[in-house]
Amino acid sequence: MITVTNLRKTYRQGERTVTALDDVTLAVPKGSIHGIVGHSGAGKSTLVRCLTLLDRPTSGSVVIDGRELTSVKDSEIRTARRRIGMVFQHANLMDSRTAAQNVAHPLELVKTPKSEISRKVDELLGLVGLTEFADAYPSQLSGGQKQRVGIARALASDPDVLLCDEPTSALDPATTEDILTLIRNLTRTLNLTVLVITHEMHVVKRICDSVSLLERGRIIEHGPLHEVVGDRSGSLGKSLMPLPSSSLDATLPELDLLLVGETASAPILSELTRRFDANVNVIAGTVETLAGSRFGRLRVEVDSPVPLSEITAYLEGAGVHVEVAA
Amino acid sequence: MNFLDSLFENPGITQALPEEFLATLQMIGISGFFTLLIGLPLGIFLHTSSPGGLRPMPVTNRIVSDVVVNITRSIPFAILMVSLIPLARFLTGSSIGPVAASVSLSIGAIPFFARLVETSLRDVSSGKIDAALVMGSTRLQVITKVMIAEALPSLIAAFTTTLVTLVGYSAMAGIIGGGGLGRLAYNYGLQRFDTTVMVVIIVIIVAIVQIIQLIGDRLAQRVDHRTAATAGARRSRRNRRQEAANNVIGV
Repeated sequence: MITVTNLRKTYRQGERTVTALDDVTLAVPKGSIHGIVGHSGAGKSTLVRCLTLLDRPTSGSVVIDGRELTSVKDSEIRTARRRIGMVFQHANLMDSRTAAQNVAHPLELVKTPKSEISRKVDELLGLVGLTEFADAYPSQLSGGQKQRVGIARALASDPDVLLCDEPTSALDPATTEDILTLIRNLTRTLNLTVLVITHEMHVVKRICDSVSLLERGRIIEHGPLHEVVGDRSGSLGKSLMPLPSSSLDATLPELDLLLVGETASAPILSELTRRFDANVNVIAGTVETLAGSRFGRLRVEVDSPVPLSEITAYLEGAGVHVEVAA
Repeated sequence: MNFLDSLFENPGITQALPEEFLATLQMIGISGFFTLLIGLPLGIFLHTSSPGGLRPMPVTNRIVSDVVVNITRSIPFAILMVSLIPLARFLTGSSIGPVAASVSLSIGAIPFFARLVETSLRDVSSGKIDAALVMGSTRLQVITKVMIAEALPSLIAAFTTTLVTLVGYSAMAGIIGGGGLGRLAYNYGLQRFDTTVMVVIIVIIVAIVQIIQLIGDRLAQRVDHRTAATAGARRSRRNRRQEAANNVIGV
């Protein structure tokens, strides 16, 4: 469980004071994956550095499994850090060490007995599916394999929390899928609390249970994935499930429909046709299952003898979010 | 034939050369040892105490970097050497001979090597250092297990360059009383116009430099796993050896 409360980080840049993080508050329950999305410069990296205590926050607190991180003394920082496993964008493996030696690195630091290290390293490499690459150097591994070694290394000190900073941003789509599936499965089997920092909405859709949108150092939207996608007022929902572009020139009234959960599975459009003797034409649309719920976002053209307001009223009544497109 | 005969009859070569050759090796050995012993920690300090380093110490860094290292490095070695004679006498009890010369050689080479070490360490990516810190490394563990380990190929190259520089410096030191091949070349080659001795000495010095460079390059390559090419080369060499062994067994 990670709880971040009123986290602020300011630093001086010449004459002026820059606020990198402004009152950031978030909570990630144990066993779940929380995504933090934002454009570059939104404060994502600063947040990571504050969570790992590479930078000290100006004020606010970070609590991991009931233990306060921000108030620990410099001498205790190292023990505190071992409770956090960190996965980097570029893996940051040591080139002078083999895959197995890289995974062993965190264990060597606390004088773990040799036999214990080799048992643990075998187990972790097996967990990430790299047993046969134990003796390979990073330069002999592909990007995805390096990231797997990075994940195994992050798990070596049995952390409670896994922090992933853009874990798939340097990988190709197929490898991204593999790594995301791995993170998802590890979260389940090891009951980890995971924070994924990313700018890719795809990553959020694939693995996150909840999500926060960071903008100019502030969290401006947050919530469980199904709520955020179903929230038509927020911008996060639209970014997560955008309406595909369409070049059709509309002559008839158009409606933007957001269907959530049960409604996304119901035959709403057929019902509309029958009830109002309407011709309904889908111009653009997407239907997906996210975090176990079905979501649909459709733009439809409606040609009907009855007034549009009657149709919208019916749709709203059936649980569909309706917006009349301009 | 005549040239060879004159080689083995020349007292400069048969009597003086072996001794002076050893004196040169002694100077390079002693000063190389102390350069490594003091220059490496100094280089590490220059890097870690710099702004944005592992433990920034702006004032001390400024003093060590600008005053000590830069001033020492900006004095031409010939002048530094002469000015350090009293120190050499104080430390070794003598102002002549290879041991005394090693004092000024070390002091000339330490700041040079320290700068090369600093540059090598700066090339270790900050991401690796962050990774090591996040996994709970102490600063000392970051230095030994990440900085030095990751920069090792380039540190070996830096030390090789330093040793080659010391070969040149040692010849200079020979002239003001250090002994060694430098003095031999000066006494025989310059003062007696003995070209044979001069040529032999040049060949020997070139050979020393080549051997140092060869060993340094081999060693650096051996510890370098940074590119797939070198890592692969090592593997294929091992495979070849393995194959050769298999063949023998097969026969």
